[in-house]
Amino acid sequence: MSVMTSAAPPLASEAARPLVEVKNLGRVFDVSKPWLNRLTEGLPRRLLTAAAEVTFSINKRETFALVGESGSGKSTVAKMVVGLIAPTTGEVIIDGVSMSDRRHDADRRRLRRRIQMVFQDPYASLNPRWRALDIVAEPLRAFGIAQSEAETAKQVGELLRLVGLDPADGTKYPHEFSGGQRQRIAIARALACNPEFIVCDEPTSALDVSVQAQILNLMRDLQDRFGLTYLFISHNLAVVRHMANRIGVMYLGRLVEVAPAREMFAKPKHPYTRMLLDAVPDLDLTGRKRKPVEGEVPNPVDPPPGCPFHPRCPFANERCRVEMPQPILTGGATVRCHAVEEGRI
Amino acid sequence: MTPVLSVRNLKVEFPTRRGVLTAIDDVSFDIAPGEVLGVVGESGAGKSITGTAVIGLIEPPGRIAGGEVLLRGQRIDNLPPEQMRKIRGKRIGMVFQDPLTSLNPLYRIGYQLVETIRTHSSLSESAARKKALSLLEEVGIPAPDTRIDAYPHQFSGGMRQRVVLALALAAEPELVIADEPTTALDVSVQAQIIALLKRLCAQHGAAVMLITHDMGVIAETADRVAVMYAGRIAEIGPVREVIKAPLHPYTKGLMGSIPSLAHDSDRLVQIPGSMPRLTAIPSGCPFHPRCPRAFVPCPTFRPELQPEQSSQVACWLYHPFPVTAAAL
Repeated sequence: MSVMTSAAPPLASEAARPLVEVKNLGRVFDVSKPWLNRLTEGLPRRLLTAAAEVTFSINKRETFALVGESGSGKSTVAKMVVGLIAPTTGEVIIDGVSMSDRRHDADRRRLRRRIQMVFQDPYASLNPRWRALDIVAEPLRAFGIAQSEAETAKQVGELLRLVGLDPADGTKYPHEFSGGQRQRIAIARALACNPEFIVCDEPTSALDVSVQAQILNLMRDLQDRFGLTYLFISHNLAVVRHMANRIGVMYLGRLVEVAPAREMFAKPKHPYTRMLLDAVPDLDLTGRKRKPVEGEVPNPVDPPPGCPFHPRCPFANERCRVEMPQPILTGGATVRCHAVEEGRI
Repeated sequence: MTPVLSVRNLKVEFPTRRGVLTAIDDVSFDIAPGEVLGVVGESGAGKSITGTAVIGLIEPPGRIAGGEVLLRGQRIDNLPPEQMRKIRGKRIGMVFQDPLTSLNPLYRIGYQLVETIRTHSSLSESAARKKALSLLEEVGIPAPDTRIDAYPHQFSGGMRQRVVLALALAAEPELVIADEPTTALDVSVQAQIIALLKRLCAQHGAAVMLITHDMGVIAETADRVAVMYAGRIAEIGPVREVIKAPLHPYTKGLMGSIPSLAHDSDRLVQIPGSMPRLTAIPSGCPFHPRCPRAFVPCPTFRPELQPEQSSQVACWLYHPFPVTAAAL
């Protein structure tokens, strides 16, 4: 299949089943001191729960965004979804195939070329010793997509043109490109093996705003053209609003609210979502008085008991301090909050 | 009233093997007492170099090749390093992007504060410590008397930036230069630091030069804003005018390219191309190769900043361009 052909429109039955299902995903990192230190200093093991009980699904041709502050676990979830790190609990199911089930090895291998990733830092994600065309050709060669070198070269040229670069620039090295152009190369590489699902981990946060606009527009054009499905990770709420159909907000490794984008921005439910939206500087100069936000994200090695957000939450009560809230469905949103559940806010 | 800071026709050059690069070219602005001037631009626009030039910290072989910097009407760009050192920290406070690199990791924060306070005043050790405690309290460090003897690594990013703010304000400066003070912080903490910076400077009556790439931060904090492009000021004016009704095509593009939280947009405005490298700044107006409205004079003649409504803008669209020049 040539890279220039667009994907066929999804069948009705296809559209009904989510492409990606993430079920109860969790990851614990061991951040203990080395064994001998623990022994001599009498220290306990220290475990960091980077993600816990993360459940969401992404439909075909949809953009699902994960937002959160640093340390909220959004990148950990992204890496587990593409299989760069193994989950401690739960599973990722892509197109009906569980990625952690050994029995489906052959299916998984076939699936892998349908999943690609675009990373945050285009200065670090491209090998500085490779020419741009070799970087883009790597997936073509690795998956044996192009039959001959001539065909590889032709496809690389098409891919570079697709992302708005001059195919003649393919002989240049990454340092000869600007940040925005490098991110275009990274996108071309991700598109090389005709994927359906692309995980984008902060794809524009290293870029200037005008370049960010170019990349976001390009990503949306490519989505329309090839029917791509995105998992979009970002800390920038305005970017997320621009890109996503549905949004999941993470706090200390847990999804605290999942809602359709429109609904979340019109009526945020979880107190943390409200706080995040309130904290974004206002470009419209409405003179809106912002509520000062209290406190900072606690250390994930030693999270507060009960609801992890309770020390910063203006609505916290005794129950929030001891009991972890479970996700509840309200309107189109899934929220983890006792106050919402009890109708206090 | 004399402005706290006046920058006149500032030019900063970096001699390299491949010739002299002009990082800042003919930049002029004033900051009035108590005013917050936002300096905004994309990477490579020269906003940080402008800040470093004002405090005399341009790394050799870079040098100020022309123009002058006046602090309360007194020239400071030609002072000998010893005298400049006395001004830095005392009359001009500084806040940088990364609070981890602007604090010394080997000293307790109390020591760093006391050292700064005693360098710029004649307070005794114990009086300086008392002042350090009250400063920490003022910037919102909880339980300062137990935290004052902590090391920087024991603080979170937001708390460190609070300490840096306390350091910058320790000597009651007339001018604070804040270079991307919130860029390394999370949104919720960023909002706290902006509010704090604004409140402190108002209380201490300090003028602020706030350098950032984030228009949202400018909109919230600044009174006036200077938009920089390729080492020059493209537009400078009251923050409301520049954000709501930008004049320069670059500012218009920049504002359109920011995704909005308030309303849906199908496509973002995109400015084609990218910021020129210093080695290849286009002739005439440096923005002309990317400008959707470029016309006859733009590639050849450089526009100067001229008043237009309540702002100043460097663009031929707003000024009659010399007829003699057109005849050429």
